[in-house]
Amino acid sequence: MSQPFLEQARQLQALSFAAHIPLVCFGIAFPVLVLLLEGLHHRTGLRLHRTLARRWSRVMAALFAIGVITGTVLSVEMALLWPAFTATFGGVFGLGFAIEGFSFFTEAVFIGIYLYGWDRLPPRAHLASGIPIAVAGLTGSFMVISVNAWMNHPGGFTLQDGRVVDVRPAEALFANPYLWHEFVHMYVAAFLVTGFVVAGVYAMTRLRGRDTAYDRLALAVSLTVASVAAPVQVLVGDWAGRAVARYQPVKLASLEGLGHTMAGAPVHVLGWYRDGKVVDGIELPRMLSLLALHDPGAVVVGLDAVPPDQVPPVNVVRLAFQVMVCLGTLLAVLGVFTVVVLARRRRLPTARWWTRAVVVAGPASVVALLCGWVVTEVGRQPWTVYGVMRTPEAVTAAPGIPVGYAVLGTVYAGVAVAVVWVLRRLAAVPLDTDPEVDPDRGGPTRPPLPSSVRGGDAS
Amino acid sequence: MTLAELPLVVVLIGLAAYTTLGGADFGAGMWQLTAGRGPDAERLRDHAHRALAPVWEANHVWLVFVLTVAWTAYPVVVGAVASTLTVPLFLAALGVIARGAAYALHSGTRTSSERRRVDTVFAAASALTPFALGAVVGGIVSMRVPVGNAAGSLWTSWLNPSSVAVGVLAVVLSAFLAAVYLAADAARIGEPDLERRFRARALGSGVLAGAVALGALAVLRVDAPLVGEGLLRWPGSVALVLSAAAGLTSLALVGARRHEAARVTAALAVAAVVAGWGLAQRPVLLPGLTADRAAAPAPTLVGLLIAVVGGAVLLAPSLGLLFALVLRGRFDPGPPAPATCDAQAPPGRAGAASPPAGRRSSWVAVGLLVAGTGLLTVAESGPAHAVGVVALAGAAATGVAVVRPWALDDGPG
Ligand code: HDD
Ligand code: HEM
Ligand code: HEM
Repeated sequence: MSQPFLEQARQLQALSFAAHIPLVCFGIAFPVLVLLLEGLHHRTGLRLHRTLARRWSRVMAALFAIGVITGTVLSVEMALLWPAFTATFGGVFGLGFAIEGFSFFTEAVFIGIYLYGWDRLPPRAHLASGIPIAVAGLTGSFMVISVNAWMNHPGGFTLQDGRVVDVRPAEALFANPYLWHEFVHMYVAAFLVTGFVVAGVYAMTRLRGRDTAYDRLALAVSLTVASVAAPVQVLVGDWAGRAVARYQPVKLASLEGLGHTMAGAPVHVLGWYRDGKVVDGIELPRMLSLLALHDPGAVVVGLDAVPPDQVPPVNVVRLAFQVMVCLGTLLAVLGVFTVVVLARRRRLPTARWWTRAVVVAGPASVVALLCGWVVTEVGRQPWTVYGVMRTPEAVTAAPGIPVGYAVLGTVYAGVAVAVVWVLRRLAAVPLDTDPEVDPDRGGPTRPPLPSSVRGGDAS
Repeated sequence: MTLAELPLVVVLIGLAAYTTLGGADFGAGMWQLTAGRGPDAERLRDHAHRALAPVWEANHVWLVFVLTVAWTAYPVVVGAVASTLTVPLFLAALGVIARGAAYALHSGTRTSSERRRVDTVFAAASALTPFALGAVVGGIVSMRVPVGNAAGSLWTSWLNPSSVAVGVLAVVLSAFLAAVYLAADAARIGEPDLERRFRARALGSGVLAGAVALGALAVLRVDAPLVGEGLLRWPGSVALVLSAAAGLTSLALVGARRHEAARVTAALAVAAVVAGWGLAQRPVLLPGLTADRAAAPAPTLVGLLIAVVGGAVLLAPSLGLLFALVLRGRFDPGPPAPATCDAQAPPGRAGAASPPAGRRSSWVAVGLLVAGTGLLTVAESGPAHAVGVVALAGAAATGVAVVRPWALDDGPG
């Protein structure tokens, strides 16, 4: 039986990913930020650091809950939408998900302890209970990415009459040269997204004129983390590009709209791919050969190297790639500028254009993230498992995909509204009702960050 | 027991954990739905919410665990089940979304009417999800899921006597477990009236659960003879007897207000049902398909079992810690224990901020950045890339230390 709604199945899959991925960025990077602040509190005794850590930990927990449900939906959906894929290859890649499951367990257990342990565990034990959350975010994303890297560069099995034999799951997942750039690029992306989105929120309140020590601390910490990650991400992205050139030359050709195999291939900025070439773009001669293969004269494989039915939708992939690279570069510029100003002038820039740029950087980093996944996933088409299983072979034969699509689309729209609502509510809790800053409760209270902090207290 | 059956044991253990822990979370939601209105009802709802707040995420992961192990070890079975039982699985997914969203929303509510609305969504989804999952089990035990991609009926595979019976049983058992646990929690935090109310609910739902279980058994004998008969024969009958005995003991213990002991026996009663299913259906998984033939290749199974054992070694102490903290009341509401409150935080060191990170760190950061760029971008070998990534991570960390965003010169901007 064939599936008339293959396109919808793909879009449904894409929609669910688009909901999950931005959320899990917070599951990966937020624990690190919160721990950084709590650790600072332990060193300095400043209540402000603890107040911020505690408030962020609540946001972290709410986002984690939504990340958990979108992830569960994804797991069910992987089986629902692509049963032939799971049935054929589950034995090869499933191990990655099984180990990932343990990471999520760890994360869920310690988030419970961390969140409810404020005030109830000894301070050091509380700090320690946060560390497994950060570690599990790292290992969990590593495991998922190992599965995705396997889909892009499959190995560790032999196919015989449609059944896999001679399976070597550890080799398939972890001895895969495609794994490392994907993992590092995604892990760094998580810090970019978390840092810039959080900073964007505080930049918005800054534009509205609120400027307390609390807001400045929140803005400076989140923004600094994102700012150091942004230039690194450009370097890692370049590395990813070279890996794609090596292992998925057709994907590279569609990133750049290279119709024909040629020596000294150019890069086009902007433009549109039509009839085997990019029109209306700005051509940078020989750049593609140089960037991808480190040799301006090297031969780059074009889209004509494979039959037309194996060419991905070029313009989708290409547009997504250009948007990612453009935003990535702009974010890196913003990051470098911010780091230099903070390090030299020791204060946040006050220019409104700068603050506005930080507000925009949040959504921009999410867009770059999603564009990157479009590049990876759509650029792999028409393959679900690169060179082994085509997407139409993987899809379910069950009817009703459009119904599922409509329902899940509506539900996710509702969830999105709900997330915004709850985050606004959490942000609106006035600071002075937080037990943290209640001066009657004892402890080394200081006025929230007096202007003399640095000069006066440095020993 | 063959290698091919070992992962099935893991799946069943996971399912038992999910029904006894996650199931109680569902049940707590259902008791919120039936609480009614008014201040009393609100206290009941709050108690249900608070009792499960620290643990619900961990409880929920058992479902993910079961899915991934089944997926890896018996991919053909999961492919067939997912493509035939699409509708109830989708409904379960919707229930999971609604529950999680409502849970996250709870922390943003201000008024009791907002809370009630959120709790209602939570509660409705709490009844839907176990029913849908039970219906999936019903479809499997009644052999309505043939091997293949969507080879079974989209509707009768789950709208049939067995599915309805198991679905209703799942709902009632969840409610029973929740009532037993919540009564125990209420007793621990010293809320006699809440304890009394959940005790009454535990007794009522316990009797109902026993009746539904008997009814389900009768349905299965006719509609799903393999399992229905298997439960009455050795070795399935052992589980059946154990379950019944544990269930009756739980009722007696709840009646005697021995709540902590009742927790254990109630969980045992439910876990025994899962075990009975496994024993009764063994070794058939789907019509004409046994575990031996459905299992993934041996290296995968070995890898999976190693991962599960390794994971369990790490996980068991963590879960133990979480439940110990919860059950000993460390997370209960009330004033924080004086010994652990903020006053005891390490006193501020003389310097609020660490001493200025100086030029040297800046140079280290720049040096690491240049080295990392060279190794990652210019060099072309794998090991060089690895060192390059580490150098860049070091550059980023040093960069943050140089900027010290927590110790800027302040003063309104
Ligand atoms: C905040 C997010 C972000 C930013 C700023 C960038 N990327 Fe990216 N990119 C991703 C987030 C991302 C990602 C996390 O979404 C992807 C999808 C799959 C992956 O491994 O990372 C990705 C994939 C991806 C791929 C495809 C990898 C594959 O298919 O295996 C390439 C070639 C690049 N990126 C290149 C770049 C370059 C040259 C960038 C800079 C200028 C860049 N990315 C910035
Ligand atoms: C780039 C890809 C992905 C990354 C980095 C990632 C990372 C994460 C992280 C960090 C979490 C923890 C929850 C949170 O922080 O909010 C999570 C949750 C989850 N993810 Fe993903 N994920 C990815 C893709 C997927 C895919 C493809 C699936 C399934 C097919 C999946 C299934 C899940 C599940 C089931 C959970 C919930 C686990 C729980 O119950 O705690 N994820 N993911
Ligand atoms: C984590 C971030 C990911 C994102 C954002 C993402 C995104 C997408 C998108 C956009 C599609 C649709 C392709 C199309 O429109 O033609 C897709 C398809 C698919 N993805 Fe991914 N993907 C991610 C990771 C993964 C992972 C980790 C897995 C596997 C475990 C996976 C498995 C699939 C499958 C099976 C399909 C359907 C077959 C296909 O169209 O190729 N994806 N994904």
